[in-house]
Amino acid sequence: MAEQIYQPIPPDDPRYEGKTPLLVKGNEAIVKGAILAGCRCFFGYPITPASEIAETAARDFPAVGGTFLQAESETASINMLYGAAAAGVRAMTASSGPGISLMQEGLSYLAGAELPCVIADIMRGGPGLGNIAPEQGDYNQVVKIGGHGNYRNPVYAPSSGQEMCDLTMRAFETAFEYRTPVFVIADGFTGQMMEPVVFPDPLPKPPEPDWACRADAETRENLISSIFLEPDDLEEHNRKLQEKYRRIEENEALYQVFHVDDAKIVAVAFGIVSRVVRSAVELAREKGIPVGLVRPVTLWPFPKKTLEALAKQAERFVVFELSNGQMLEDVRLAIHDSRPVDFHGRMGGNVPSTEECLDVIERVAREGGVL
Amino acid sequence: MSAPVYEPYLRKPKTFYEQYERKSGDPTVTHYCPGCGHGELHKMIAEAIEDLEIADRTVFISPVGCSVFAYYYFDTGNVQAAHGRAPAVGTGVQRARPHSIVISYQGDGDLAAIGLNEILQAANRGEHMAVFFVNNAIYGMTGGQMAPTTLPGMHTTTSPGGRDPRKAGNPLRLCELISQLDAPVYVARGALSGPKHILRTRKLVRKALQAQVERRGFTFVEVLSACPTGWGMNPPDAHKWILEKMAEFFPLEVFVDKTDSEPEPFEIPEEPPAEKLHELLRISTAGQVTFSPSQPVEPKYANPRIKVAGFGGQGVLLLGLGLAQCGMMEGRKVSWLPSYGPEMRGGTAHCHVNVSDHEIGSPLISRPTVVVAMNQPSLEKFEPQLVEGGLLIVNTSMVPKEPSRSDLDVLKIPASDMAKELGNPRAANMIILGAYAAYTGMIGKETALASLNTLIKRKHLVDLNRKAIELGWEFGTKARG
Repeated sequence: MAEQIYQPIPPDDPRYEGKTPLLVKGNEAIVKGAILAGCRCFFGYPITPASEIAETAARDFPAVGGTFLQAESETASINMLYGAAAAGVRAMTASSGPGISLMQEGLSYLAGAELPCVIADIMRGGPGLGNIAPEQGDYNQVVKIGGHGNYRNPVYAPSSGQEMCDLTMRAFETAFEYRTPVFVIADGFTGQMMEPVVFPDPLPKPPEPDWACRADAETRENLISSIFLEPDDLEEHNRKLQEKYRRIEENEALYQVFHVDDAKIVAVAFGIVSRVVRSAVELAREKGIPVGLVRPVTLWPFPKKTLEALAKQAERFVVFELSNGQMLEDVRLAIHDSRPVDFHGRMGGNVPSTEECLDVIERVAREGGVL
Repeated sequence: MSAPVYEPYLRKPKTFYEQYERKSGDPTVTHYCPGCGHGELHKMIAEAIEDLEIADRTVFISPVGCSVFAYYYFDTGNVQAAHGRAPAVGTGVQRARPHSIVISYQGDGDLAAIGLNEILQAANRGEHMAVFFVNNAIYGMTGGQMAPTTLPGMHTTTSPGGRDPRKAGNPLRLCELISQLDAPVYVARGALSGPKHILRTRKLVRKALQAQVERRGFTFVEVLSACPTGWGMNPPDAHKWILEKMAEFFPLEVFVDKTDSEPEPFEIPEEPPAEKLHELLRISTAGQVTFSPSQPVEPKYANPRIKVAGFGGQGVLLLGLGLAQCGMMEGRKVSWLPSYGPEMRGGTAHCHVNVSDHEIGSPLISRPTVVVAMNQPSLEKFEPQLVEGGLLIVNTSMVPKEPSRSDLDVLKIPASDMAKELGNPRAANMIILGAYAAYTGMIGKETALASLNTLIKRKHLVDLNRKAIELGWEFGTKARG
């Protein structure tokens, strides 16, 4: 399998049949999606702009016989998640930048012990206390990983209410398929925004994992640990992890493209920004500018082959982010710096308007002599 | 007659593995130093697990420290945790598998320093777990640094002049701290020195685990334990030191014992059937009404990008939600984004609503085609953003000023006054919804009325809002001419 184009709801998917959309907040859609994917434990600590996730979870998890527990800190949340994942159940937590920073210790242990779980990060402005407005400045600590050791974690970046549900469900499947923590990462807008969401049928109940400590005779022999005292053992463990990451990179990269077929300029943006840029691309096309958009749906694995292939036809790239250019480095790596890459970043909670992005595209076209 | 075969009196508990499999070392002995208390405490726990017949459902959480390898020995489920986090990890295991017996085994650096919050909070929640706390007044594995339990004046590698309480504080007494909380059902301190204390500690360990079997709640047993290597003493001196010095500072008492009282009921919730999930999550759409898109819509009113603005309390966000809800019920694409973050500055609440026949790109609206100004500041702020010829809906009850642009399509409606007459000034938003629907033809009347079932949570207010929509509809129809 190679990098794949993401389709929010495949037209032939019977799980969505006979359902009509509901207007819900992105943060709520994450919780409903998680439960539909079989998640039954939620541990979390309140933080704006992710708090609706904990609030919705506090209502919904007990309603389905599951656990909601407000932890004393994000450090505790991630370790509770470690415990529930070690016990083999589907579990999740949610937070925003400052809380994710605190979770980095636990994330490294989760990766080391190969424990499947889902972490939702509704990003806000940083660094430090920053503010509660939308940003994408957690890219480095989530996508490039922020804990110690040789690990990666898959990262899904939804840009709509429907995707908040669907990609959360998919995150659980990926987590259990590969025994890895998986992130769902969105910005404050996608979390706070309401859009129509069609909630599918629940996933079939997954089989009980045989590697977990389920507190029964069958799994009594199992050990969940990330300690390998002998250098050779730890190296072997790390090689096994790298092999797993290679398989994930090969099979799990998702992306969307708009108007790239004849594009001389390729814009790259993810999450909410990809929607703003898509509107700008439509307007630029009306003005005759040959511009297209690549939207990574998974940030790791990054759709680098898709970008690499486009570098053959495109003359320039332009990256839009709500940060100082954290994904920008991945774009430059993917195309081996074979084309100039412009960058337009907003920070502090400012989200560029469609017109602003259009201006950038026009400037890039002018300066690149593409017009 | 052959001689009778006697079980050895000091046999190995069955909860220990036959052989301790590890890379190096004799598989019949532990990795602990001579005179160390871990082996003794391990044995007490293993015996109790065997006698209580709970090995299958026990999950043992190993800490960071010398007992990080507790899983070499215990034939139970084993989970290794980060430094200090075992009570949180144990909480996760227990909540995920409520039938489990969770044992958290921690040292003094782990539990009393880096993990103090985790242990206090788990104790305070009354988590169903037994915590065994090994207090040897030192960081053993890292080579004998000062711990929170290091005695005043005690020499360690990080308190070379002896612990100075004026700078490094006094030792933390964990049993005393935890016994201040309401939830723990058993809190006791024992020592692993001398037959009398060893027998007593064995009883404490059993009681803590027995209480888990009986589903009583959080139990905590601290043991004063020797670290001859870390203390630089021979084992006999170390044991003497425990009873003479440590026990003086850490009294050997039972601090809390509620194990005779009736335990709280412990219920394991049932998993509802899959077909019930949508209903339980309040996302069932069975019986939900949908409408065909309102037709025809003049091109200038089609695919509107709407900004609704006003004071907080004017129902601005709900009006926006109503516009989105109606659009969705008519099969259109919609998005609703509340004012949020830095946009909140300036005293007006507002929201962005897109209703479109096409996929919605940016949910953010910088150039609206429709502005609803519920108050004066909203008019001033958003009128300039309107596209040329855009629709401006003004709540003239609250906006004395005239719009400044002449190119706009203006619908003036005294919505707040009309709502007051209806009996509730807060219904102004639904009057405007009705007026917008009729004036632009973007929303059918039946759709607007049906949307109230979703929009209005307090059912006794539905009737009032219904009247508001009808009043607005009438106004909008007349204004359209």
